[in-house]
Amino acid sequence: MLENLVLAITMAIAAGLVGCFAVMRRMALAADALSHVALPGIGVALALHIHPIFGAAAMLFFGALLVWAVEGKARVDTEVVIGVLFSAALAVGSMLTSGEDLVEALFGGAGALSWPEILFGIVAAALVVAFVVTQRNRLVVMLVSPDVARTAGINVRRLNLLYLLTFALTIALGLRYLGVLLMGALIIIPAATAKRLAKNLTQMLLIAVGVAVAATVVGTGLASWLHRETGSLIVTVAACIFLLGFLRK
Amino acid sequence: MDHILEVDRLSVRFGNVEVLTELSFSVAKGSSLAVIGPNGAGKTVLFKALIGSIPSAGAIRWAPDVQIGYVPQKLALQRDVPITGMDFLQARSKRPKGSSAEISRVLDLVGISKDVSECTIGTLSGGQFQRLLVAFALLGNPSVLLLDEPTAGIDEPGQQQLNELIHRLQEEQSLTVLFISHELTVVYRYATNVLCLGRKRVCFGPPRTILTPDLLTEIYGTPVDYHVHHA
Repeated sequence: MLENLVLAITMAIAAGLVGCFAVMRRMALAADALSHVALPGIGVALALHIHPIFGAAAMLFFGALLVWAVEGKARVDTEVVIGVLFSAALAVGSMLTSGEDLVEALFGGAGALSWPEILFGIVAAALVVAFVVTQRNRLVVMLVSPDVARTAGINVRRLNLLYLLTFALTIALGLRYLGVLLMGALIIIPAATAKRLAKNLTQMLLIAVGVAVAATVVGTGLASWLHRETGSLIVTVAACIFLLGFLRK
Repeated sequence: MDHILEVDRLSVRFGNVEVLTELSFSVAKGSSLAVIGPNGAGKTVLFKALIGSIPSAGAIRWAPDVQIGYVPQKLALQRDVPITGMDFLQARSKRPKGSSAEISRVLDLVGISKDVSECTIGTLSGGQFQRLLVAFALLGNPSVLLLDEPTAGIDEPGQQQLNELIHRLQEEQSLTVLFISHELTVVYRYATNVLCLGRKRVCFGPPRTILTPDLLTEIYGTPVDYHVHHA
């Protein structure tokens, strides 16, 4: 139980941090759509009797690479590609998965976790946190102007790829709890709340992490108390915090 | 003469449209090059090619160890992001702890107070934001500044202050400055050479020979008025 909570909290910290740059880059909707691409991966993995997380992670990394490749092409509309392909992924994934597995893949399901899963989760979350903390300055300059970033010696294409892969890894981390439909929300809602309330970047990162962790802890607690799905309650709590922040300002 | 930049038959093409065709010019160290021309002539495209952000054909040769400071014209950034001027400047510093003195120095140079630097960048006025971008460029100890219409959207006194600031920095720090401008008076006053990108032809030379009524009419396709202030 305790190790489950530790893993959920590390996942929330990663989601809060990664989400800040996603919201500032205006990829809130893209973030949500990208998480859908995990579903066919889960379906294939289940059919092959391998752990669903491997199938999901593989598809998410593929999705991130696709977004990266499309963004490099000036004459292709990234949003259209994301909208069409990733919704198609959801449709194909629903055909490949069925019954209880489908519900769990879509909305998450808190079952018992094995030690390798917990260790993998904590190491992956630590990687995400380390990336955002060490690359924070470069990400800020790239956000303000990719051209200025280039003249400041930043490899913009590579940094962008690393960010998208980190983003994909963060989604993979949360699939267990929130599923492919809700994980995007835990990345975006805390960051959107923080964007409204923060007066500088450090505040934004701290508030986003705080909201993500609070929503995860409170949501998990409520889920076990009310005997409801964890993922739905985490996102509902996060949305309530967003609403409070919205009313406060 | 010692050149900091040599451009040889530079061409840039977007699909079937050739924006720049076999453009050649050079820029001497410590000099000032103004790029003028009507909208859509490829001025910003030229700057983007010079910093390597878009693919181009031909040769762009910067002097070895050149450090470019780029001040773009427009940013696609949302106005409500909680990134302060200070966040942005600190992001440029390679040494997080020793950077505050350096940041204070460039803020003084461009005339931004500490209070203004603590505001989020979306709330800064056009002039303050341009100064912040110049400050950011200066943090990298540049040898060349590329300024894309640095005074666009700024009121008259603000424009004058910013132009004087850039000119002062150029003299104090022996910078080479390349700037895009529609202000022909400013071009006449500050540029060593003018690169004129016209719809039909390109010309290059000192302001006195380029900024003639006939040539300007040919470049812009319509007569252009401007006043020369003789010092």
